[in-house]
Amino acid sequence: MDPLAALGEWFLNLLAMINLPPAVGQILLYLIGVIVIATVALVITIFNTWLERKIAARLQDRVGPNRVGPWGLLQPIADALKMLTKEDTTPAGADKIAFNIAPILAVVSVLLIWAVVPFTSQWYGTRLNVAVLYIAAVGSFGVLAVLMAGWSSNNKYALLGAFRAVSQLISYEVPLLLSLLIPVLMARSMDISTIVEKQGTLLEMFVVAAPLAFLLFFISSVAEVGRTPFDLLEAESEIVAGYHIEYSGFKFGMFQAGEFMHTFTISALTAILFLGGWQGPLVEQFPILGLVYFMGKSFAVYFVTMWMRSTLPRIRIDHMQSLNWKVLVPVALVLLMLTPLVDFFTKDLGNLFSLFVGSPAELTLSVRAGALLLTNLAIMLGAIEVIRRSVKRATKARVPFPRRDEARPPIEEAA
Amino acid sequence: MDNWLFIGIFILVAGVFPAMPIIMFHLFGPKRSNPQKLETYECGMETVGETWVQFKVQYYIYALVFLIFDVEIVFLYPWAVAFDSLPLLGVVAGVLFIFLLADGLVYAWRKGALEWS
Repeated sequence: MDPLAALGEWFLNLLAMINLPPAVGQILLYLIGVIVIATVALVITIFNTWLERKIAARLQDRVGPNRVGPWGLLQPIADALKMLTKEDTTPAGADKIAFNIAPILAVVSVLLIWAVVPFTSQWYGTRLNVAVLYIAAVGSFGVLAVLMAGWSSNNKYALLGAFRAVSQLISYEVPLLLSLLIPVLMARSMDISTIVEKQGTLLEMFVVAAPLAFLLFFISSVAEVGRTPFDLLEAESEIVAGYHIEYSGFKFGMFQAGEFMHTFTISALTAILFLGGWQGPLVEQFPILGLVYFMGKSFAVYFVTMWMRSTLPRIRIDHMQSLNWKVLVPVALVLLMLTPLVDFFTKDLGNLFSLFVGSPAELTLSVRAGALLLTNLAIMLGAIEVIRRSVKRATKARVPFPRRDEARPPIEEAA
Repeated sequence: MDNWLFIGIFILVAGVFPAMPIIMFHLFGPKRSNPQKLETYECGMETVGETWVQFKVQYYIYALVFLIFDVEIVFLYPWAVAFDSLPLLGVVAGVLFIFLLADGLVYAWRKGALEWS
């Protein structure tokens, strides 16, 4: 039996012995579960602040934090203590209520996603039948926190950051939701645990059948977090720190914690929706192995986001919008039109083939995966070709810059 | 129903978790405030005029385009779960719906709503 379930049962029996009504016992058990999950998410976040600094340092040929504790592992605690010793300032003319609620909301919106994340086949907060819709709904009010912070600070930089946040975060919400539909389509379920269960073997992983949807989801969720290369909303060199410029100490820390947690959360969601979550070899016999697979996959995706952060420069604001509305959204729409059609027709095609060869279920699956993969690749290549052509046309229309060997037009002397 | 009870408890706890350090910080942090400290930060310059001024209309147009998409995508989720058991007509109808959505994007594009400058 599952050790956690056994522990829960023992706790309920204990409460029954002291004559508590079972409903109260159930609520207490839920409360403990919630606190455990929230703590796990926060501890991972604290660990990640250290990991990120260490890996970013390695990628830039530095050592990173190494003074506080072994390998600098206690650095996050030192950071937290430092934040406690700062003064709590609220700028004059700020909207106090919105100003104080915003940092809390920034963490809440991310933390709530962890209520439905399946760690293993038995360990999850709760199993909602509309989990994907819940994630979309909860994740989108992080935008509200950013907007509230920027608007209430009574600062022009903060307001600019908030405007950028609105235009970026809500724009990228569209391809995010569209690509989130693809796993739902393929699993025929909005239950996130069912989506994981459908990805039992390597061939059944959704990243194999739908690599384009995986890319769309990953890119738009990185933009949704607002990390480099999409960190326009807090660009240090342009608008100083963007929406959290007027925040100090732990209030600022909550925005940082929210961002770090959000990054890991989208990594975990990518691992769940496309890489099979807790699925892996021998997971049927030892469900606890699922935790290792899930964390391994999540951290692998998380490493890629860190890698991107240390490698790519910031994208320009008009490019950011063009990338979204002129590339990601059209591609996602085409993909969404073709995926159900291909899926629908290969279902019958697989049955047809199975008249001649054995094991129909397996064959249907591989025919389906193959057809979907081909569709994805065709759309991807088509999109690249269209982009290449339009770039060519744009560069042809532009007045060419004189080359070095050509005679330059004479510079007119000032009269 | 139990699921939503769990979510309800989660919302409460998720609110308390980040609020605790902020309250602690508010209580234990040093308090040596003066009017200069609370002025709007603008890299050392004194701020000129109101903060909440008119801004670029483009931000608003993107928000409008987003609104149309966001509302319609939500309608697609139930269809995505059930399309398998529908007849072919049901699948085609869903695809047609997405096509009309794409048509709206093309309209916005041709109208120049997606240009930044």
